[in-house]
Amino acid sequence: MSFFKKLKDKFSGNQEAEQSTEKYKEGLTKTRTGFTSKINDLVARYRKVDEDFFEELEEVLLQADVGFETVMELMDQLRFEVQRKNVKDTSNVQSVISEKLVEIYEAGDAEVNELKFNDELTVILFVGVNGVGKTTSIAKLAHRLKNEGKTVLLAAGDTFRAGAIEQLDIWGKRVGVDVIKQSEGSDPAAVMYDAVRAAKSRKVDVLICDTAGRLQNKVNLMNELEKVHRVISREIPGAPHEVLLALDATTGQNALIQAQTFKEVTNVTGIVLTKLDGTAKGGIVLAIRNKLKIPVKFVGLGEQMDDLQPFDAQKYVYGLFAEGLDKEEELENAEADK
Amino acid sequence: MAFEGLAERLQGTIQRIKGKGKVSEADVKEMMREVRFALIEADVNLKVVKEFVKKVSERAVGQAVMDSLTPGQQVVKIVKDELTNLMGGEQSKIEFSTKQPTVIMMVGLQGAGKTTTSGKLAGMLRKKHNRKPLLVAADVYRPAAVQQLETIGKQLSLPVFSKGTDLSPVEISRQAIEYAKAEHMDTVIIDTAGRLHVDENLMQELKDIRALKEPDEIFLVVDAMTGQDAVNVAQNFNEAIGITGVVLTKLDGDTRGGAALSIRSVTDKPIKFVGMGEKMDALEAFYPERMASRILGMGDMLSLIEKAQTNVDEAKAKELEEKFRTSSFTFDDFLDQMNQVKQMGPLDEILKMLPGANKIKGIENAKVDEGQMGRVEAIIQSMTTQEKTTPEIISSNRRKRIAKGSGTTIQDVNRLLKQFEDMKKMMKQMSGMANSKKGKKKMSMPGLDSLFK
Repeated sequence: MSFFKKLKDKFSGNQEAEQSTEKYKEGLTKTRTGFTSKINDLVARYRKVDEDFFEELEEVLLQADVGFETVMELMDQLRFEVQRKNVKDTSNVQSVISEKLVEIYEAGDAEVNELKFNDELTVILFVGVNGVGKTTSIAKLAHRLKNEGKTVLLAAGDTFRAGAIEQLDIWGKRVGVDVIKQSEGSDPAAVMYDAVRAAKSRKVDVLICDTAGRLQNKVNLMNELEKVHRVISREIPGAPHEVLLALDATTGQNALIQAQTFKEVTNVTGIVLTKLDGTAKGGIVLAIRNKLKIPVKFVGLGEQMDDLQPFDAQKYVYGLFAEGLDKEEELENAEADK
Repeated sequence: MAFEGLAERLQGTIQRIKGKGKVSEADVKEMMREVRFALIEADVNLKVVKEFVKKVSERAVGQAVMDSLTPGQQVVKIVKDELTNLMGGEQSKIEFSTKQPTVIMMVGLQGAGKTTTSGKLAGMLRKKHNRKPLLVAADVYRPAAVQQLETIGKQLSLPVFSKGTDLSPVEISRQAIEYAKAEHMDTVIIDTAGRLHVDENLMQELKDIRALKEPDEIFLVVDAMTGQDAVNVAQNFNEAIGITGVVLTKLDGDTRGGAALSIRSVTDKPIKFVGMGEKMDALEAFYPERMASRILGMGDMLSLIEKAQTNVDEAKAKELEEKFRTSSFTFDDFLDQMNQVKQMGPLDEILKMLPGANKIKGIENAKVDEGQMGRVEAIIQSMTTQEKTTPEIISSNRRKRIAKGSGTTIQDVNRLLKQFEDMKKMMKQMSGMANSKKGKKKMSMPGLDSLFK
């Protein structure tokens, strides 16, 4: 089938994009069996595992922003596995694909995408570039933790962007948690110092710290972030217990550099993949997981307060290329009908 | 800097071909593989990549290259031309309405930078086009978006039309246009809420705002870091409301910005501006030709020259020249000059605009220490007026005091004084050379570079 047709088809597939999000949402509670059987259905139409099949798979992954290097690596591994196991028909290749992809995500600790909680105060620091959704994610996470029965305090560490403090403040009121803040333009490290002190004296369970968005190539701003991190560690040894990098799912290959630089400066412990409710797949997290071993801990699936969900590797991997494969199947059916 | 990676990659292959007498079909094929790889890594959409590679291959393998005297140059030219074409041919300007007011709508995904860009655009329209802009806070969904625009308006001393979050964005926009008419404000910039391109209700809202008074410009604001999905976003917004142009934001990051190529070739709408920083004046025109040159490592001298022109005060430059000549250059002048350079933007950015700069190993890590500049500033500011004009009088006691006052060490102060002396000597020599018209000698300013390290 022509590439253009596929692309065109993709553009008109709004409804399906929504559906796939729905699938993902429902899917979060489903088991591995459900996942494999779906992949099974999807790849069943390929009579044999040939170069065409690999090429299609390659393009689907590239269009999900997985990135050239990781895709090539993955394809080599898949080709090797297929050859080694002498897989000829697609009924067997599905397990190889899904295994490989999920393997990347689930390498290491089994519980890795759960938040680590400290016995006393747990400090969570949010970092990321401008406009990825840090503040909104913080509000959603606060809501989530509050529902779990934890007491939460927020720190308005974005003292730079106009309206950022008000934004967190409004969220704080909606969620029903207090916000420690200073005026716009004040030193973010000082806000953190205040917030940590307040969190200790109020004996809250979790302190979530917002920071201003910054591009990772701005050395001065990254130094400032390091200082914020240092101030928190000085007040509470071992803190921040989680450093979450908010990553926009629409971001392309630059996300890898973002993850790398932020990790160097603040020792990022996890990723919050935001805006996954659009048509973007955020496939770059696959490359990030592959190269930097940073786990994805949460995904943002919508604008509602409870739309921040724990990450599920299997469902995500399925969503990554299910849509593309679905489309082709339809198209081929349509062509066959003619 | 944007596209750096792409430039590097292309340079590698182009360099190889440059060295050869002829370009074989295999050479082109090899080069196009690199091009494809580089473009995908630069986030250019797969479809666009394929189109590009096909076009360039066709032209490159053709006889134009084979018969050309310098085949390497020919290939470079073809790649550059095609890149320029892909990004929009020539530069585009803003459309103003003959019927007041001109309406500009800002649309896009969440977090693309619409509100900030609205402010920057308003500031630019006032400064460069002499317009009277009215900013309209039509994002009633995101908490504090209205306050954000109000704060920006205050920073720029520009009026902001806000009605809180109770009215609908359509009603706010309608009232704003009426208000602008009554108050004789000629340009209305509507900052709409960020929305997903697949959200039908919110897309309808944009159509309703659009129906109030046909906007003269509908700018799609897109994050330069956007990946493959940029085509979906651009296509959907374009189909739903018909955009007239694109503003690419956060291009001061280190993304390669392939989204620029994707969006342009999918929507056929020009990229009009690029966001180059968090400051309110960091909005620049988009020049496809220059961007293509930059991609190919030919430097971005034009941008640099323009930057220098808009920021360097000509009268001051003349005055400085006079001081050079008479060697009455003081620490005050030095500070002045430093500030002028600083106004051009972060020094490491300026550095990278120089041709061939991206070929220098480690240039991407070369960070000009702005903190050092700050220290130099502090030292100078800790001097008395007399000390600034006649540094000879600075005794060791004075040095101690200056170091203390500026929070630096005596060594820092000594170094600056020494460098300043060297600079003055050099200036004397230079002006001497210029006077005797024997200006063939290579001019350099020893010490000036080490000041900032």
